[in-house]
Amino acid sequence: MTSASHPVRSLAGVAARAGQPASNRPTKIQVERLNFYYGRTRALEDISLGIQPNLVTAFIGPSGCGKSTFLRALNRMNDIIPGTRVEGRVLIDETDIYGPGVDVVALRRQVGMVFQKSNPFPKSIFDNIAYGLRINGMAGSRAELAARVEESLRQAALWDEVKDRLHQSALALSGGQQQRLCIARALAIRPEILLMDEPASALDPIATQRIEELVYELKKTYTIVIVTHNMQQAARVSDRTAFFWLGRLVEYDTTERIFTNPAEKLTEDYVTGRFG
Amino acid sequence: MKASPPYAAVRHLLDRAFQVLALVVLCLALAALAVLIIDVWRDGASRLSWTFLTSYPSRRAADAGIWHALTGSIFVILVTALLAVPIGAAAAIYLEEYGGRSLAARVVEINIANLAAVPSIIYGLLGLGLFVRALQMGRSVLAGASTLALLVLPVIILATREALRAVPPSIREGSYALGATKWQTVWYQVLPVALPGILTGTILALSRAIGETAPLITIGALTFVAFAPDGLWSPFTVLPIQIFNWVSRPQPEFQVNAGAAIVVLLVLLLAMNATAIWLRDRYQKKLS
Amino acid sequence: MRRFEPLIERALLACALLSIGTTAGIIIVLAVETIAFLREVPVVDFLFGTEWTPLFATPRFGVLPLVVGTILVSAIALVVALPTGLLSAIYLSEYADPRLRRIVKPVLEILAGVPTVVYGYFALLFVTPLLQRIIPGLAGFNALGPGIVMGIMILPLVSSLAEDAMQAVPRGLREGSYALGATRMQTSIRVVVPAAFSGITAACILAASRAIGETMIVAIAAGQQPRLTWNPLVPIETMTAYIVQVSLGDTPQGTLEYRTIFAVGMLLFLGTFLLNLASAWLRARFREEYT
Repeated sequence: MTSASHPVRSLAGVAARAGQPASNRPTKIQVERLNFYYGRTRALEDISLGIQPNLVTAFIGPSGCGKSTFLRALNRMNDIIPGTRVEGRVLIDETDIYGPGVDVVALRRQVGMVFQKSNPFPKSIFDNIAYGLRINGMAGSRAELAARVEESLRQAALWDEVKDRLHQSALALSGGQQQRLCIARALAIRPEILLMDEPASALDPIATQRIEELVYELKKTYTIVIVTHNMQQAARVSDRTAFFWLGRLVEYDTTERIFTNPAEKLTEDYVTGRFG
Repeated sequence: MKASPPYAAVRHLLDRAFQVLALVVLCLALAALAVLIIDVWRDGASRLSWTFLTSYPSRRAADAGIWHALTGSIFVILVTALLAVPIGAAAAIYLEEYGGRSLAARVVEINIANLAAVPSIIYGLLGLGLFVRALQMGRSVLAGASTLALLVLPVIILATREALRAVPPSIREGSYALGATKWQTVWYQVLPVALPGILTGTILALSRAIGETAPLITIGALTFVAFAPDGLWSPFTVLPIQIFNWVSRPQPEFQVNAGAAIVVLLVLLLAMNATAIWLRDRYQKKLS
Repeated sequence: MRRFEPLIERALLACALLSIGTTAGIIIVLAVETIAFLREVPVVDFLFGTEWTPLFATPRFGVLPLVVGTILVSAIALVVALPTGLLSAIYLSEYADPRLRRIVKPVLEILAGVPTVVYGYFALLFVTPLLQRIIPGLAGFNALGPGIVMGIMILPLVSSLAEDAMQAVPRGLREGSYALGATRMQTSIRVVVPAAFSGITAACILAASRAIGETMIVAIAAGQQPRLTWNPLVPIETMTAYIVQVSLGDTPQGTLEYRTIFAVGMLLFLGTFLLNLASAWLRARFREEYT
């Protein structure tokens, strides 16, 4: 490997160039020089980027590159893991979510998350969705609750399939249905941003397609950030794409640019399948 | 390099012999249990009857029954459960969900492991000094139940922690991601799923407590009580103490009574353990 | 509602700290009475005296007869439980197929779950008469019968802890031995047991602690005659049985005789505490080796 194409040496310059928004929309999430540590190990190095509203932004990169860690930093889910440390700022609507006096619980209502492996609660379909409403004090009368549950199930394109068995166990649903239930559950509390960590990786192609169609519909109302190891999925679904490698942000641009004419050699090697 | 044939044969013979020896020893241990049960049954079964269950003790062995002791045992165990389960579950929740790796949590953990191995009679002395005298509960059901509660607390804490650990972390994560607080997550998601496991562990712990004799004798549960307990402050006796009382008498008729009472105690234990195992099996199926 | 959460957390913490309170309570209760006792009876007389007659007209407070009685019965129990428990553990860990284990292990658990009062009954009314037919000079109350029965009671403890220790030994060690052409017995005894040694020792120490603290079997079947002897065929009294004896009687509180049970209890607590500590230390070291 010649030094000119050696990945590491070109990263420092890349980090400086990456992260500039291409359009003039105000950013929804602005990340400034984020560093993340598991104990003494630095998992994320100097990440800066801006995520724009009502778009789908994809994070891609080989396993272990930090994209999931970065995603979870956006709703402070990493706080649950002991020994983690954050430096830098993450501004959502101009407020640093790691600043003093920030209510983490309220943050997570505003920034919803869907996990890689669907995790419906061992309750009925109705109660799965009602739970988020109840604990956030959003449940009014029974009628209001039922209306909200129906609304989120429709948004997740699941209503028609479960409307007759709302009070049966959620665990009886298929894998794809469970994941759409988790999406409905996240949407029920009306977040502004939806973070999705490889939402379709455990699903068959048909279920995956339905999730992707759903994401496309949802971006009209929500800001969506999706982590995926499937590049074709990123190319299909997202408007902007960020490529991570070894804890650093290598390139961030419109999806079209990243996949057809990337600026960095490393990006090009990854999207053309030369490694990863 | 081949081993010479006689040596190889000897080795295999030894191996076989060892296997047989170990198996025989194991069978002897199991046989001892069988012999014990048969012996007790043979001695006491003749005495078993509804009258036996519902009579009070008497000078004459033939008239004596276990009603006072049976009701005493059940009452004391119920009060013990009421005291030990909430406190034990709360302690376990703290250690498992809140404590993490803090120094306080580690100290508590080591302490609980130690308490689980303290002889039960020491708990009796603690109960005597603390509940009977210092807190002036006297020789009451409350003092006895408090003493037993302290005795079973480590077991309940350990069992509850196991049950909490068995709840998949994905459920907690899903709850936090929706903006739930820690307590909301514990109360609405974790505890309902862990509840059958907690119940199972509790019933097993209580089934040990129901057979305890030494700590209750030490706090002064009387051996000559002739009435069923009528409240938390009442004196009492329990089935194991009545058995002890009868066994200590030289007359064979009383020893027959002891045997019969043992059968009742064992049946009670069997029922409790069977319930615990049934609970565990039923809810394990439900979760998967 | 959420305002109460810090309160809830503090309440949970209080419940967790209660366990520390229990240990503190034990130590305080025992210490207070023991100190009061030792004000009237010199420590040397207590620990090294050879006569224990606190309830007599001329009381003597030498605790050695009780200690020796305890050790005698426990030693007999360990002689019964350790070899059989170890053999059982080796069989279950190295030989038995899963079906057999699934049947045998719960049955062993049942052995451990029988109330000690029942074992005492068994020792007095079955085992001792049986032994009396073999050993003509055996007294009705003795150390042998309860010792054997206590051994049966402790067997499951030794077996399951030793088995856990052996199961923790990595497969690779066994496979290395088999690959050299060793039989299962040779592998078990020469490779697995030594590898699991500290774990097995921890199990034995814990069993000893359990035997020393056992009360009802000896209270029923060993007798109430404190006697400084190693003869297992005569009545003796253990520390635990003495505490029971006094508790059953009418000794008024606050007297020297009453305090003796706390002094004996303190001795018992310290002894079992040290054994438990040793066992836990060994187990921690064992875990370090294999995890």
